[in-house]
Amino acid sequence: MSQVIIVDGLYLVILVALSIPLGNYLVKVMTGKRAFLSPLMLPLERMIYRLMGIREEDEMSPGHYVLAVMVFSGLGLIFVFGLQMLQASLPFNPENLAAPSWDLAFNTAASFVSNTNWQAYSGESSLSYLTQALALGVWNFLSAATGIAVLFALLRGFIETKKTTIGSFWVDLIRVSLYLLIPLSLVFSLVLVAQGGVQTISPYHEIVALETGITQSIPLGPAASQIAIKQLGTNGGGFFGMNSAFPLENPTALSNFLQLLSILLIPASLCVAFGKAVGDMKQGRAIYLVMLILFVGALAAVTISETIGVPLVPGVLDSGNLEGKEIIHGVGTSALWGTATTAASNGSVNAMHDSFTPLAGLVLMFLMQIGEVVFGGVGSGLYGMIGFVILTVFMAGLMVGRTPEYLGKKVEPFDMKMVCLIVLVPPVFTLLGTALAVLMPQASDWLTNSGPHGFSEILYAFSSMGNNNGSAFGGFAANTVFTNVVGGLIMLIVRFVPLVAVVFLAGNLANKKMVAKTEGTLSTSNALFIGLLIAIVLLIGALSFLPALALGPIADYFTAVI
Amino acid sequence: MENNELNKNILIDAIRQSFTKLSPRVQLKNPVMFVVFVGAIMTTALYLLSFAQINDEGAGYTLAIALILWFTVLFANFAEAIAEGRGRAQADSLRSARKDVKARKLKSSADVAVYTEVPSSSLKKGDIVYVKSGEQIPIDGDVIEGAASVDESAITGESAPVIRESGGDRSAVTGGTTLMSDWLVIQVTAEAGESFLDKMIAMVEGASRKKTPNEVALQILLIALTIIFLVVSATLLPFSYFASKQAGAGTGISITNVIALLVCLAPTTIGALLSAIGIAGMSRLNQANVLAMSGRAIEAAGDVDVLLLDKTGTITLGNRQASVFIPITGVTEKALADAAQLSSLADETAEGRSIVVLAKERFDLRGRDIKALGASFVPFTAKTRMSGIDFQGQQIRKGAAEAVKAFVLANGGDYPEECQEIVKKVANDGGTPLVVARNNQVLGVIYLKDVVKNGVKERFEDLRKMGIKTIMITGDNPMTAAAIAAEAGVDDFLAEATPEAKLALIRDYQAKGHLVAMTGDGTNDAPALAQADVAVAMNTGTQAAKEAGNMVDLDSSPTKLIDIVRIGKQLLMTRGALTTFSVANDVAKYFAIIPVLFFSIYPQLMGLNIMGLTSAKSAILAAIIYNALIIIALIPLALKGVKYQEVAAGKLLQRNLLIYGLGGLVAPFVAIKLLDMLLTVLGLG
Amino acid sequence: MEKNRSESMVSKLRPALVSFVVLTLICGVVYPVIVTSIAQIAFPNQANGSIITVTQENGTTIDVGSALIGQTFTKPQYLIGRPRGTSQLSPVSEEQKALIQERVAWWRALDPENSGAIPSDLVTASGSGVDPNISPEAAEYQVDRIARVRNISAKTVREIIARYTTGKLLGLWGESGVNVLKVNLALDGRIQ
Repeated sequence: MSQVIIVDGLYLVILVALSIPLGNYLVKVMTGKRAFLSPLMLPLERMIYRLMGIREEDEMSPGHYVLAVMVFSGLGLIFVFGLQMLQASLPFNPENLAAPSWDLAFNTAASFVSNTNWQAYSGESSLSYLTQALALGVWNFLSAATGIAVLFALLRGFIETKKTTIGSFWVDLIRVSLYLLIPLSLVFSLVLVAQGGVQTISPYHEIVALETGITQSIPLGPAASQIAIKQLGTNGGGFFGMNSAFPLENPTALSNFLQLLSILLIPASLCVAFGKAVGDMKQGRAIYLVMLILFVGALAAVTISETIGVPLVPGVLDSGNLEGKEIIHGVGTSALWGTATTAASNGSVNAMHDSFTPLAGLVLMFLMQIGEVVFGGVGSGLYGMIGFVILTVFMAGLMVGRTPEYLGKKVEPFDMKMVCLIVLVPPVFTLLGTALAVLMPQASDWLTNSGPHGFSEILYAFSSMGNNNGSAFGGFAANTVFTNVVGGLIMLIVRFVPLVAVVFLAGNLANKKMVAKTEGTLSTSNALFIGLLIAIVLLIGALSFLPALALGPIADYFTAVI
Repeated sequence: MENNELNKNILIDAIRQSFTKLSPRVQLKNPVMFVVFVGAIMTTALYLLSFAQINDEGAGYTLAIALILWFTVLFANFAEAIAEGRGRAQADSLRSARKDVKARKLKSSADVAVYTEVPSSSLKKGDIVYVKSGEQIPIDGDVIEGAASVDESAITGESAPVIRESGGDRSAVTGGTTLMSDWLVIQVTAEAGESFLDKMIAMVEGASRKKTPNEVALQILLIALTIIFLVVSATLLPFSYFASKQAGAGTGISITNVIALLVCLAPTTIGALLSAIGIAGMSRLNQANVLAMSGRAIEAAGDVDVLLLDKTGTITLGNRQASVFIPITGVTEKALADAAQLSSLADETAEGRSIVVLAKERFDLRGRDIKALGASFVPFTAKTRMSGIDFQGQQIRKGAAEAVKAFVLANGGDYPEECQEIVKKVANDGGTPLVVARNNQVLGVIYLKDVVKNGVKERFEDLRKMGIKTIMITGDNPMTAAAIAAEAGVDDFLAEATPEAKLALIRDYQAKGHLVAMTGDGTNDAPALAQADVAVAMNTGTQAAKEAGNMVDLDSSPTKLIDIVRIGKQLLMTRGALTTFSVANDVAKYFAIIPVLFFSIYPQLMGLNIMGLTSAKSAILAAIIYNALIIIALIPLALKGVKYQEVAAGKLLQRNLLIYGLGGLVAPFVAIKLLDMLLTVLGLG
Repeated sequence: MEKNRSESMVSKLRPALVSFVVLTLICGVVYPVIVTSIAQIAFPNQANGSIITVTQENGTTIDVGSALIGQTFTKPQYLIGRPRGTSQLSPVSEEQKALIQERVAWWRALDPENSGAIPSDLVTASGSGVDPNISPEAAEYQVDRIARVRNISAKTVREIIARYTTGKLLGLWGESGVNVLKVNLALDGRIQ
């Protein structure tokens, strides 16, 4: 146990240490200052602007920004759907894979455009190399870049005063892609290849098994390049069906560590960037701390439950819960991964969450259900958390008798409406999706587990889609017309309704004047506020999901076979 | 006695109102309570269906739930009605002042004899009316001719009549007030229905109460929470049916219980009390004799962080007092005191009297009868800016340095350099120098001191802790102003204040992101009042000032601003505290309800029944009874407002979180457990 | 007029279309091509699936597997890996308990002489279902059986196992693992 604490502690220390310079770098990039990669990227950036016929300094109104995001993502949705449907007649399909069903293709398109990366398909048996690289790989980048772009639009809302524009989506999108996502992914994917990650366009490799003499095929493909961005962009969609549990996707302890680090790296560095951008590092630190505290609490719960929560079978050594876990990753780093991937809206797995102990499964589910705000998706996690911050500021502000304000901006009815959309939409659609699913007469046929754990499989699936996470309790048979269509719609709604609300919130904030800071201004960076924010995040989550959780993992825990 | 009678009437009226407010149209205005209202109707319907042998739950249990829900709705109505009732009582007394009276409408102000008698309600803006002693002023207007004393007690509650005269800052008259002497010619400024009195009645009645931005924002949050809880409760139907199918045991939960759960979880406590809090806040302001033109202004008062305070009356006592006699070389202090006393014997101003008192204290100079001395008093006029006495051929004068200098020089004397020095020094120390001269000789200077009010320094200190900056506005020169500012402990001051300077100061602070409050009375204050975020016009002030401000202080008290800030903050705090309490309550309600709700499916969940409640029915009944009773229990708090302290924001938050957050977490655990025990004992569980 | 409108429509859509095409090409073509090219030059074995090729007695070569993909072994002379496939079952369920009891019985039947406690990785499936590794304890549990069946010393078996055991990263991170396929190839003398 003590070794687990050291390892987890070390992981967090390295994470924090790397997030600070990356956050500072990102602010430089996003504010158009010269940064490390400028000599290389600036000419390319300018050339793209020229091709697009835009000027770097042309800013957008919130309505314009939303329109740009929606048109761009709409193109993505059509493209990803279309490429899947046509893959059989397109090149780079060495295994001659047929097109998936329309509902599966829609679900996958919605999933990747919404940065969810819920996978109702299995990569190696469904998608051609072309579909993987040109559709899914690309949208790993672009959905992540969209999230970060919108976050920076929101930050401008806090920084600017009496302004009607919030920056340009095109400029944001291109800068995030060129200066952050592509260079990091390039370096990271090569390290992954060195560790054993596959990266080839050759067909699957035939081998003859040693004992049985049976010919088997080893699935291959341009995987490492996609795995790098799947982790960095909190996408999480595996190149192969078994995701990062599959050794060709995550071969060694080092690749496991680096992937884990990259799951939280950008979301964490965005906290730093936030503090730097609004000119008050304490504000970024406060949010960072809130996320870290919630993360550490969840991690402790998952790790303890996974270590001691399994029943003993006579004649078997007790080494924690190893069902569904790779031996080199073990219980410790699998618990860490599970926590990180659900805290961030990553959704990649290196172990099977369905086989986690009930309370560990509960924590993983809950991390998604609180709206993916503990680090969360790149960009979206922080803007979601800022939604909670504004909510907290509102409650706290009222309690000290002042119109609530955050970073000098007053919180008024319009802001509150947008915040409610940000906070409200994911839980409502998670619950509605789950309810619709259990109403389907064939629902119990989709489950591997019985009893409360069966209900957990459905609840987990819709919590994952309803919060753009993408991880799953693998026992849930996801590839059905119902789940593909309803889940696909939910992923789009919970991604884009809050996103649009964030942009309009940004516009409204940017238009306000700055309120002076006085003794009467409530601190939004001290321990009291941090505590209150944590309490409100947990409270809203608990109030929304406790009854459902009682019928799932909590009942699972109480009815466990000991 | 009379008060009790009044309260009883309000109470009876409120109970009656609780039922009339059951109309769906009224209920729809409050979405949170509307959900309870619909829940009550649905459970009642379920109860009625039980007669047709369609049973959702036991008929008696469903009836009990339905009744409790109806009571919850009634309690919420009652809270609102009682808050409104208090306002209505105030409005009734105002309304009695607003009678339709005959008015003498003049053709022109030149001839008061030519008039037509018309009802006051038909008067139009710009009409000219003539009012005589003993008559009621028919409508709001500006005095364009005449001067008279007016009894304004109907509005202000102040019995002493006030002077209203044409020109200057006391020209505004209010309809419904009564002329006690003389006559006035008035130009109508507001038509019937939009007069000051009309606005005031509408305001205190809450009829024109518009929701304030914070209230709207809070309402949005409450609706959002209600939607979540609606979805949480509704989805439990399919969830529980599925779970029972999966477990192969138990049954799904009943619609009655789903409704009960929803009502428990929805923020009904704050939902029920929200409008009462708003109305009560307005009432508190009215009780402080301040009339706000909008609820928005009250909220803004809570946000104010810069107060512009007039020096005189707010920071210092209105009158200055003599504190030292400073003779010039060659004159004894006693001689100066003697002359000063003589010059002030007939001077009835506070300053004059204080000179007599000081002379007695210092040299035991007794007051002399001015008539016995055969002296004649020369009163102060704005032109001479001196007062004094002519006595045995001597002319003794005291007054402003410039005026006395002119007097001495005119008499052929000279004005010594030394006197000039003394005058300067006194001014620097924050005092007002009065130069005393006999004939052509300057005797010395009386140091008139501005007396800072007791306790203002501490008050400002408290305000500073809350982040409110105080700025003293004075016509004094910068030296004097600085000295008084330092003594009173204000953060800043504006000396030699002109209306333009005030306006510029307000704009400057606003540009830096501050919210500024000020009081004003004169027409020349109007631009600054219009610019300020919270502008309190004195009731004695001009119509222009009143229209520019967003509040009117009926007492015309300069310190009222501080009370207004308190009331504004208290209003927001009460809302925040009760919201926190309401939401925190849900935790205990979950622990009460969830284990028992799913008992038939997963009996093992009773491991969560940490409160040890008896049965599903007793637990749910206890929770919703608590939910209803807590509304009644918190009405006094909603009306009175939560306790307000002038401490830093962080401390205030900590205190309120402890009381309403932690309290809200713990209170229902205790109350629900007790109610459950009671129900069990009564055999109702 | 009509033409103007369609032109302005195009000019409005131009940034969206151009950025979409350019970014798709950069992220979907340029980027994977660069990574694949470097990977194929610098790390050809890893990039192509870490395939193990052995020379057969007749001199031809055969690909016997990937070092990273576990294979099914059931014969007592081989080091046997973890159960194939993944159960997706709750670890506290009746079904999982039954599955584990079944596997315990299988191991007992395979080697009745060994009454030691079975390391839990041998009775639980991995996440990938093709875990190439087992824990050193699980390997040690099988040493005596392999030695006995193959008629070699336990020391030899342990040496081979040790050769294909990877430690924790920096002695801290993750867990040690024994590569089952490599051990078995070594036991068969097909790799050194």
